[in-house]
Amino acid sequence: MDSYQQIIFKLKKYWADRGCIIQEPYDAEVGAGTMCPETFLRVLGPKPYRVAYVQPSRRPADGRYGENPNRLYKHQQLQVILKPAPADVIEQYLGSLEAIGIDLAKHDIKFEEDNWESPTLGAWGIGWQVMLDGLEITQFTYFQQCGGIDLDLCPAELTYGLERLAAFLQNKESVYEIEWAPGFTYADVRFEDERQNSVYNFEVADIPTLWKLFDTHEGECQRLMDSFQALDSGDAAARARFPVLAAYDHVLKCSNLFNLLDARGAISVTERVGVIARVRKLAVGTAQLWMAQQTPATAEVAA
Amino acid sequence: MPLDFLLEIGSEEIPDWMIEPALEHLRGAFAKLLASHKLKGEVAWADATPRRLVVRLTGLPKGQKDSVETVTGPPKSAGEGAALGFARKMGVTPEQLQTAATSKGEYFCFKRKLAGKTTGEIFASALPQLILGIPWPKTMYWLGKGAPRFIRPIRWIVALLGSKVVEFEVTGVKSGNTTLGHRRLAKSKRPIKVGIGNYEQKLLDNFVVVRAAARRRMIEAGIADVLAGTGLRAKPDAALDNTLCYLTEYPAPILGSFAESYLSLPAEVLVTVMRHHQKYYSVERADGALAPRFIAVMNTASDPDGFVRAGNERVLRARFNDARFFYGVDQKKPLAARVEDLKSVTFQKEVGSYHDKVRRMAELVGGDTAARRACELCKCDLTTDMVKEFTDLQGIVGGIYARAQGEPEDVARAIYEHYKPLSMDDSIPSTVAGQRLALADKLDTLRECFRVGLAPTGSKDPFALRRAAQGVVKILVEGEAGGNPLDRIADEALKTFFEDRVRYYFRDVQGYAYDEVNAAMACGWSDLKDLAARLAALKAVRPTENFEPLAASFKRVRNILDQAGQEQDGITGGAVDQALLADEAERALHAAMAGLNLAGLGYREQLERIATLRPAVDRFFETVLVNAPEPHVRRNRLALLHHLRSEFSRIADFSEIVTSSN
Repeated sequence: MDSYQQIIFKLKKYWADRGCIIQEPYDAEVGAGTMCPETFLRVLGPKPYRVAYVQPSRRPADGRYGENPNRLYKHQQLQVILKPAPADVIEQYLGSLEAIGIDLAKHDIKFEEDNWESPTLGAWGIGWQVMLDGLEITQFTYFQQCGGIDLDLCPAELTYGLERLAAFLQNKESVYEIEWAPGFTYADVRFEDERQNSVYNFEVADIPTLWKLFDTHEGECQRLMDSFQALDSGDAAARARFPVLAAYDHVLKCSNLFNLLDARGAISVTERVGVIARVRKLAVGTAQLWMAQQTPATAEVAA
Repeated sequence: MPLDFLLEIGSEEIPDWMIEPALEHLRGAFAKLLASHKLKGEVAWADATPRRLVVRLTGLPKGQKDSVETVTGPPKSAGEGAALGFARKMGVTPEQLQTAATSKGEYFCFKRKLAGKTTGEIFASALPQLILGIPWPKTMYWLGKGAPRFIRPIRWIVALLGSKVVEFEVTGVKSGNTTLGHRRLAKSKRPIKVGIGNYEQKLLDNFVVVRAAARRRMIEAGIADVLAGTGLRAKPDAALDNTLCYLTEYPAPILGSFAESYLSLPAEVLVTVMRHHQKYYSVERADGALAPRFIAVMNTASDPDGFVRAGNERVLRARFNDARFFYGVDQKKPLAARVEDLKSVTFQKEVGSYHDKVRRMAELVGGDTAARRACELCKCDLTTDMVKEFTDLQGIVGGIYARAQGEPEDVARAIYEHYKPLSMDDSIPSTVAGQRLALADKLDTLRECFRVGLAPTGSKDPFALRRAAQGVVKILVEGEAGGNPLDRIADEALKTFFEDRVRYYFRDVQGYAYDEVNAAMACGWSDLKDLAARLAALKAVRPTENFEPLAASFKRVRNILDQAGQEQDGITGGAVDQALLADEAERALHAAMAGLNLAGLGYREQLERIATLRPAVDRFFETVLVNAPEPHVRRNRLALLHHLRSEFSRIADFSEIVTSSN
């Protein structure tokens, strides 16, 4: 039986062997691996790219104080981006399951329609949830649009739910019983994180502070976007070195703060749509700046 | 010898629910292709699995016949120079031209021979567009921005006319004579060569059952097999049959179990988890009670080591544990304590929250105590964890919780059933309180959505307003809620919307002929119980001897009155002056009308009596000239006809009835 980390090693090796860069997790809070710049920004534009990384993904409202065997505040995704998607992408994906020891001739695999959409990111794609013996183990998406921009190349995004996959392979009833490494369970590694952050997210987080942080990050992101627009469009050097990536980090901060405020019950119905629109504006705006920066000929897109 | 044709569009997994409409389109598209190229032959069948759409044609000719086309050139009078130019354009010498006489004089012409195209050529050039022309609910591109769109990437194409490949290319895929088998059970992952004759067998050898009907039989037989001797039965579920049939290439049912202790959860929750989330059949005992078993349908031949069964049992256990957890958490805060929480649940951005909605509904729901209490609580389940997880169970969870929390049975039942009817096949709420609540809910939704401009357009109906209005109609006709709420609709657009729904209901649900519905609705439609009674009477009387001829006469009456009305001399109304009734036939008609005492009769008896007017009406039209030369006589006769029409068209406007004579 492979440990949790062994499963991750094998998947990384599998995708590395198929030309993927193995990235490390992004060092900012995200709700899903899709939000990392390695996906959100890299899928834009005409340059091919292949990358795989594990991304801890925070969903404050899903926290259960470590008491629910299947729900987590922070779960880990293995995110694979193949841009453009190769013609045998499904076979490659199935091969990755075989690489972690699943004999697919003895299991039931189904591809059930499940299209992905993130209004906050102005992003959507077409795809499936992959079901293994009735368990959803992967979200498979052909990206179509990101930041409101049609994608030049159509990337395939594979998102493996690592805890589910490991619990399946190790035949555990609770994610907390997963063997992370010999002698250490998932609970040993993560239980306190789940419990304490649930307490913070649901009970303790100071709402005015969270709003203040939200406004601050939004303001900084907006300031950066405005100053990009103020650059002389002919000044290629200034545009090329402009910190679009730093602006995007502030988008991620806003997105996480929104999720926290939401979990804290601090966002009323009337406010909700408006706050989502604020985050979306930043996400779409930075995506357009990134495009403008990547493809100088289309700089006016951002204008 | 006629040829057969086989097309297999090999794709990545197509959503199950889109497959049948796509096949329907393909059948039609091929029939059109044959017709537009004057090719004999027909679509023998069209079928599919998630990974392939297959069409088989039969009786095709090798190609079109050669034909001759006459091209008309300049007039003969234009002279030899013009003829030379025309001949050059046709690529021939002037001697090969002919002349033809037309109505405008003699013209040069050329009879051009057209070589018929072969069927293969026609297909090769038409198929790429035909394939890409399948209308899908949502499409994607995969070869880059601006590339062709399809439901999922096309990965291979088989196109065989007889023994030959029809060569073409679509989305970068070249047609050929090789297919792929089941993703994991095929003998080889490599392409498999097929011919028209062995196509289905070769795929079967590689664990793909091409025909949906055959897969359906495999599912049915497999279920019978796993349940043999258990005394249990699978809960019939036609929609699930269809889903599983198009989710699998080689289906095999397996029987799984769960712990008896989960049966203490509401059966509705268990069934929803099994059906909607896991696509399992639930299993019942002979008495209809749930058994702690389920049937999953695999997309693989067998489960030799029991891995698939164990895996599915594990997933189901986790889901049931979640449900149990939700149930426990939800009981800590009863529905009655959640009313205020509805303020933070949006119904619709511009319409407001569910708290607002319930407040408006309270004004619509009316007197009954049970209905009023149910109204207060009916949306509270939207704030429960159970409904957040299983949204399909809204209302049902509310009803179950209300009962568990000690609300009276009629309150619980009204909440439980207030989303009913979910379709025209579904029943209406079983109690008056439930009917009143369902009406209040639906009418409020309709009124508010129309108010803020969310009326459905075309196929777009995100708030399911058609279903809501249809539900209102069904409840008003079939239920006992009383009242006549359609009378109180002020919004003209909503009124028209309801009128269409009423028409639809009586025609397509109740099966009345469209002209009967038109005739009865012409006399009012807002009192639906009354409309239903009038329609029933009309339908019963229609086949009787006198009815249709009388209806034809009423149409004549209407035309005469309409015409007279258009002259705008105001003669259509007014009383009949008996002294002016000169003709015997008009006196007889007047007498017959006067003698027809309808008071106190039911609709059917009234109609039967009205039908007895027929001989008098017939004789009137045979002998009496309505448009008499003397204006006062004419006016009097029009008044008589006006009376006839207005007095006896209160149940239905007979002139709307389409009769064989008009």
